[in-house]
Amino acid sequence: MDGSSDPNAPRKAWLSLLARSAPADVARLWAAAGLAPAHDVLRAPEIGAVMVRGRAGAVGAPFNLGEMTVTRTTVALTGGIVGHGYVQGRDKAHATHAALIDALMQTDAAAQVEAAILAPLRSTADARRDTRAKRAAATKVDFFTVARGED
Amino acid sequence: MAQTMLAGGFTDPPQDAAQAFRGIMQAMARPGQIETVGGVQPPASLSVAAATLLLTLCDPDTGLHLAGACDTPAVRGWITFHTGAPLVAATDATFVLGAWDDIDLSVLPIGTPEYPDRSATVIVEVPDLAHTGATLRGPGIKDSATLNLPAITAFQHNAALFPLGLDFFFTSGAALAALPRSTKVT
Repeated sequence: MDGSSDPNAPRKAWLSLLARSAPADVARLWAAAGLAPAHDVLRAPEIGAVMVRGRAGAVGAPFNLGEMTVTRTTVALTGGIVGHGYVQGRDKAHATHAALIDALMQTDAAAQVEAAILAPLRSTADARRDTRAKRAAATKVDFFTVARGED
Repeated sequence: MAQTMLAGGFTDPPQDAAQAFRGIMQAMARPGQIETVGGVQPPASLSVAAATLLLTLCDPDTGLHLAGACDTPAVRGWITFHTGAPLVAATDATFVLGAWDDIDLSVLPIGTPEYPDRSATVIVEVPDLAHTGATLRGPGIKDSATLNLPAITAFQHNAALFPLGLDFFFTSGAALAALPRSTKVT
């Protein structure tokens, strides 16, 4: 799949980031950003389960990996712009923050939200992934080296 | 995507849907009885009762067919947002919504002898509902009931298919009445 040709790719990226970020981080950055847009709640935060599906090696037949808890909500800013929040876990405030950020990212405030909230979240997510990758790399066995011992 | 397309669902889904379901169940259990349901503000081309029915009964597993004037982008978007029900052709539909003249009953699934429940439920938007006109007899009706049905022979033919056949809801504004396949119409 070529992500660059998808017109929704940027929105997918920030929704994905918001869904995976820690609720406390999102709440802290949201409060620090000082944004309080007037909005209506179209769908109150509700908790449900989604089936996560995977493909072995990203190319095999899809299989059900397992269910995970998600919280979703939908808000509309006063101007009529709709934001959806789907986040992992059961934190309703997290879902509301995600929906508001999604809505604001479609307005003129996008640059401000990007700088104040999404950029810090992205660096946190990158750091977390790097840490995990390093921990995993430390346990990697280099079979090529083992095979070289024969001659 | 306009905001009005998505607004107007149940404000308190568990409570509102349970109350609506009670009304719908009463209507189906007592054919011809007119119940009042509500709690939603649907797009213009849907009645409150029909929209309440859809929000209560439809989910991602029930295919919905919109017939005629109901099939507008606003209605499609609203139903998809609130129920997630896939919009399908009439031949695959679990629920069908439309005015009487727009619905072709002959193509709708009537179930199979092994699975008579795999049939369509038809929601007919009618101008008004009143206890006049056709006489109904059958399970759930003490002696007889009357309801202003949009036709008679079509429902007699449907009842003759029992245990197969279609079940009908009639909606007008916030009022709702039902006609299951077990009811005899004269």
